[in-house]
Amino acid sequence: MSQDTKKEKKMTLTLPAEELMACGHLACQGCGATLAMRYMLKALGQRTVLCIPACCWAVIDGPYPYSSMDCPIYHCAFETAASTATGVKAGLEMTGDRETTVVSWAGDGGTFDIGLQALSGAAERNEDIIYVCYDNEAYMNTGIQRSSATPYGAWTTTTPVKHFKNRPKKDIVAIMAAHKIPYIATASVSHPEDFFKKMKKAKDIKGTRFFHVYAPCPTGWKSRPEDTVKLARMAVQNAYFPLFEIENGEKYTLNIKLKDKKPINDYVRIQGRFRHLTDAQIADIQAEVDGRWERLLKLAN
Amino acid sequence: MKKVMMGNHALSYGAMLSRSQVIAAYPITPQTQVVELLSEMCADGTLDAQFIKVESEHSAMAACIGSSVAGARSFTATSSQGLALMHEMLHWAAGGRHPIVMGNVNRSMAPGWSIWTDQNDSLSERDTGWMQYYCASNQEVLDTVIQAFKVSEALMIPAMVVLDAFALSHTYEVVDVPGQALVDKYLPPFNPAIRLTPKDPRAFGGLTGSEHYMELRYKLQKDMEKAPALIEETGLEYEKLFGRYLGLVDAYRCDDAEFVFVTSGTAGFTARVAVDELRATGVKAGNLRIKVFRPFPVARVREVLKKVKKAAVVDRNCSYGAGGIFYQEVKAAVYGQAGMPPLFGYIAGLGGRDITTDSFKEVAADARAKDRADQDIVWIGVKK
Repeated sequence: MSQDTKKEKKMTLTLPAEELMACGHLACQGCGATLAMRYMLKALGQRTVLCIPACCWAVIDGPYPYSSMDCPIYHCAFETAASTATGVKAGLEMTGDRETTVVSWAGDGGTFDIGLQALSGAAERNEDIIYVCYDNEAYMNTGIQRSSATPYGAWTTTTPVKHFKNRPKKDIVAIMAAHKIPYIATASVSHPEDFFKKMKKAKDIKGTRFFHVYAPCPTGWKSRPEDTVKLARMAVQNAYFPLFEIENGEKYTLNIKLKDKKPINDYVRIQGRFRHLTDAQIADIQAEVDGRWERLLKLAN
Repeated sequence: MKKVMMGNHALSYGAMLSRSQVIAAYPITPQTQVVELLSEMCADGTLDAQFIKVESEHSAMAACIGSSVAGARSFTATSSQGLALMHEMLHWAAGGRHPIVMGNVNRSMAPGWSIWTDQNDSLSERDTGWMQYYCASNQEVLDTVIQAFKVSEALMIPAMVVLDAFALSHTYEVVDVPGQALVDKYLPPFNPAIRLTPKDPRAFGGLTGSEHYMELRYKLQKDMEKAPALIEETGLEYEKLFGRYLGLVDAYRCDDAEFVFVTSGTAGFTARVAVDELRATGVKAGNLRIKVFRPFPVARVREVLKKVKKAAVVDRNCSYGAGGIFYQEVKAAVYGQAGMPPLFGYIAGLGGRDITTDSFKEVAADARAKDRADQDIVWIGVKK
């Protein structure tokens, strides 16, 4: 911890001070998804429209008639983040607004599961939208049920300890890469400057841009709220959630190179959702992470 | 200018003349030519609109909702299974007050697979908060699309323009295509007071507690109640410009009728022929074709029925466990009213089975032989 603090002191803050997300929102303490929204809007600015389906953020911005955001929001149906944004972009263009950035902002359930068809359709048509999936690895808003983004080994309310999730997390980035869209990036709330830089870059690209943002959830992961950024950073440093970009489905660029890749053990052990795992099971997860990392290194070369 | 066109193309021309700005659609038989022609019109510049070739009807309606809330006039068309897939978004469009106009070609629901007409697809969406117009000719289809945009945008309530599969969708008729300048005079550009824009950041459709939700739905109902008068007013305005009145009902030879059919869709035009033939044999028959099903034209139905001795409602649909849906609506409209005639309910023509003049004569013979209905459903033309 003390080492982390020292590093942070040396950092120069390059993010704009302007906040488009006000206080008074309804997120839980230590919510990673809230940080993700703040950082994204710092990059995109006020001329942004958000299409938010059912997910934690359907609640976080505040109940009718309030909103904690300085950007307009259309709360859309669960599976329609991409299709609603498609329509919004077309509607804005047909009424003379070609500048506004249209964003689909969805959780992992709305992206990996129920919204995948609409997302695939929009990506195949190369709709001019930015699709951001903030991934907290389960249906947190409805009470921590497993999604296809839930990792192997995790407890959720529908994968109890005796039958924890025994299938790996769906590789959404590979699915999106297969659509050959102009830009894909992974990002983490532990690396706001990297996130900011990539979102800025994405803003100036035309076509479908996809962000997979790692957003720890203390409520669902049974972790300490103050550990959210720490967990996110550990996931980057142990290659559980590497930070990289893919251009046109083919050109891979690693954003954070790992000279000293950490083991995943510490990361797993501070989360209550993995408490039941044996050392052998954690070794299985380590092997899966190592395999993924090796494949990514090959793709990025 | 007069053109010979199929009903599907009448929908396309209606959407074009209305200057639709965003069209999002997915193909389904028998709606396909609607979107084929519109995609050609968008491609060759005849229509200045974006055509979004979505991957499902659910996405079609979601995209129309998005474009409508951004302030663009939005149109789509579908049928049957496609409409059913949209169901969730139909509630969304009405609850969000997005005045989208959609063509629906009435097609029977599977299984078994059927591409032929009946009304169970659109009537299953009765309670979604959409206005529903049932057309009986290709001319009426084209005219109604233009009127529907005008009424919908005034009330911020979406509308479905419904036509029978094949009996209209693929049948060629002469259609008088109005001039664009006159249509522009009738239908000004869509300019909603509130829209989704960074210039006026608002959150639409957020979490709504029990202290607010009911008022939002109360307002939807109150605005729906304004629709009958507005439809008749805009129908008269249409008549002044184009010579064709667009009303809530089409009462044919009802003024001195003793016995009337209550019908909808193309069966309503077949019924007119049956009325003429019955009149030739001395039966004082009439036909009340219900054009607008939602909101239900209660006052017009009462007005016609109170003058007749018997009325037979012919439904091309069935609410299983209850009976014909128009029959239920008509019964509800006349219930408790003094001087109303006995009503008789018939179901005919499911899955595209023809409803012919003989069908109507069979209905007339049955109803005229009885003092009161002795069963909830009399089936016409069914092989028992």
